[in-house]
Amino acid sequence: MVKPTSVTNNIRSLRFAAGELTQAELAERVGVTRQTIIAIEQGKYSPSLEIAFQIAYALGVRLDEVFTYPGASAAPAPTGESE
Amino acid sequence: MAIDDMNYEERVAWVGLVVSIASFAVYVTVLLTRAAETPMPETPYVDAMLWTIGASIVVMIIVSIIVGIVTHKDGHETDIRDKQIKARAEFTSRGFLVAGAFAALVFALLELDPFWIANVLYLGFFLSALLETVTKIALYRRGVPAW
Repeated sequence: MVKPTSVTNNIRSLRFAAGELTQAELAERVGVTRQTIIAIEQGKYSPSLEIAFQIAYALGVRLDEVFTYPGASAAPAPTGESE
Repeated sequence: MAIDDMNYEERVAWVGLVVSIASFAVYVTVLLTRAAETPMPETPYVDAMLWTIGASIVVMIIVSIIVGIVTHKDGHETDIRDKQIKARAEFTSRGFLVAGAFAALVFALLELDPFWIANVLYLGFFLSALLETVTKIALYRRGVPAW
């Protein structure tokens, strides 16, 4: 079966690092159902950017500490120059 | 697969799957039993169709309320994921609805008996509802692929 999303996440370990936060507590902070947190943790659902930021905020970390995209390291680094 | 892993919308989808299959099966059974005595399209069908549609709506409302009460302890009943799954399931099942309506249109243009028009519409409703709930359950269980 093809995985629904290629984005991986560290929510489970970050929940424990954030004082053993339960899935239900994280769901409550983010404003989604507990089942949605389960689906995100299992890689069955790719959340919207807004929900992703809310999860990072609720866990007290940066967005890229929560979610990882496999192609990210291969992408060219931003140059900071404007065209 | 634990019941506890399901949220409100998924539980209602499972109930909808059972209710839609059961109600259509009852209707087909009644229709075929009657067809043994009176050949189609003279077979009486209106009362059976209205009763099965009405009963399935009432059962769905009652069960949805009960599921809502049971699921209430989970906090949020629905969220954006539920809306996305609902939209995608409706999009997937729309084909059967359109096919049923189109077949009914053709039957009407051919001036077929209303028996066939009503039944092909009912079949379209049933297949559409069936595909919608099956899609919903699959998206809840197996995950929502990115578009």
